[in-house]
Amino acid sequence: MLHLSGWQIRTPTNLTRFVLLALLSVGLMLLDARGHHLQKIRAGLTVLFRPVQILAAIPVRVGGWLVELTRSDTSLRAEAERLRTEQPILVARLQKVEAIEAENAHLRQLLGTSALVADRAVVAELLEVTSEPLRRTLVIAKGGKDGLYAGQPVIDTYGIRGQISEVGVLQSTAILITDPGHAIPVQVNRNGLLAIAFGTGEPDTVSIRYLTASADIKQGDLLVSSGIGGGFPFGYPVAKVKKIVNDPNELFLDIIATPVAQLSHNKEVLLIWPAKSSLPAVTKKPADIKKPLVQKKPAEQKKPVEITAPAEAPRPATAGPAKPVEGAAP
Amino acid sequence: MKFGHNTRARLTIAGSFLVALILSILPWPVWTEQFRPDWVALVLIYWCMALPTRVGVGTAWSVGLILDVLYGSMLGENALAKSLIAFMAVHFHLQLRMFPRWQQAMVVLLLVAANNLLVLWIKHLAGQAPATWGYLTPSIVSMLLWPWLFVILRDIRRHGNVN
Repeated sequence: MLHLSGWQIRTPTNLTRFVLLALLSVGLMLLDARGHHLQKIRAGLTVLFRPVQILAAIPVRVGGWLVELTRSDTSLRAEAERLRTEQPILVARLQKVEAIEAENAHLRQLLGTSALVADRAVVAELLEVTSEPLRRTLVIAKGGKDGLYAGQPVIDTYGIRGQISEVGVLQSTAILITDPGHAIPVQVNRNGLLAIAFGTGEPDTVSIRYLTASADIKQGDLLVSSGIGGGFPFGYPVAKVKKIVNDPNELFLDIIATPVAQLSHNKEVLLIWPAKSSLPAVTKKPADIKKPLVQKKPAEQKKPVEITAPAEAPRPATAGPAKPVEGAAP
Repeated sequence: MKFGHNTRARLTIAGSFLVALILSILPWPVWTEQFRPDWVALVLIYWCMALPTRVGVGTAWSVGLILDVLYGSMLGENALAKSLIAFMAVHFHLQLRMFPRWQQAMVVLLLVAANNLLVLWIKHLAGQAPATWGYLTPSIVSMLLWPWLFVILRDIRRHGNVN
């Protein structure tokens, strides 16, 4: 019991406190989810609690460092040898890519669609922290000052990993394509059949929904980003079809696919800035074709970072921006 | 450094929560992820039971909010779930203290499961509900861990003379 200028104020009971804080939580959630009004507060809090994340990342860093330290001479030699043999093959393949690029641009010019343009890519390090249970996220050690933006595609050397969901001051959060709140427009590489790949929350699974039994899709088909919606550029590998179940009682096929990107590897990722594609019906001259503009730190040359993707062909006018879906509606 | 008794008690409690928070975001191989116990909930239940005057709904809410920031989930999501745990643990702290260890573990199972179901429900409303059963395993792992964690935290409390 408190006495305040003649008034008697009861100290709040456990239940009162709980009810008040529960209401406050609900208010916060509504503000955060519905209107995104808490961006600044969240950014500030993230900076404040960054030391906790750095502390949590130490064991893995130290572990990796110890592994490097104790690696035997022979294994290093073997790796150097492997890289030495791999490199000429990759370079040779690259020569062909350039020729194909030029040819593709020429053909596109003949067709009157926009030309091949290169995407810009930057290698970004990850902070080794794990995501919330039931979700699939990454923390990237780059923020708004590096030019990151929400919805930016995140890839690795194998394919698309996800997209940036939140840009902070010093770090950003990316959600993976396996996150239950994520969906990405894809097409079957073999025949251009359009579909959407939804995250499930399982580590290495995406599900392809809303395809009927008549759809031409087979086990082992490669799914690439379709570029519809404009969030992800066209042509990056996303997943491989693993299993197709056709239940006659269901309206749609139940299709499970495995992402081709190495989603569980906590190393670096590549952030790409999709090239500004000209809108349909604008033709570019072959002279406008730029070589892939790749920035990378000298210390991180382990990965081949050659990225080219053609700008989208004329887009359907109805496609909205690709972003994490809320609620799954076809 | 010399701290007063009160400050030392607070630092000990804050330290245990910090360790729990770090353990919550510490990376493990992906397949172990669904077996990750809810460290924050375990530490919270212990302190609510042992020192309900010091640690209660308010502490739970703050720690939950920090967890939301670290996880990048909706602000208030874990805060609400952890306040629920703290409310129940404080409400029943006298009974909990009298329970044998295995019975406490059963209560821990129920509390963590309630926490997880609440989080799942909120995620479902936000359209991010996963299509897995993985959300129930952490409560079982938390239950199995409780007896050991109880002993560790009790020793810390007695050794540090936290009361």
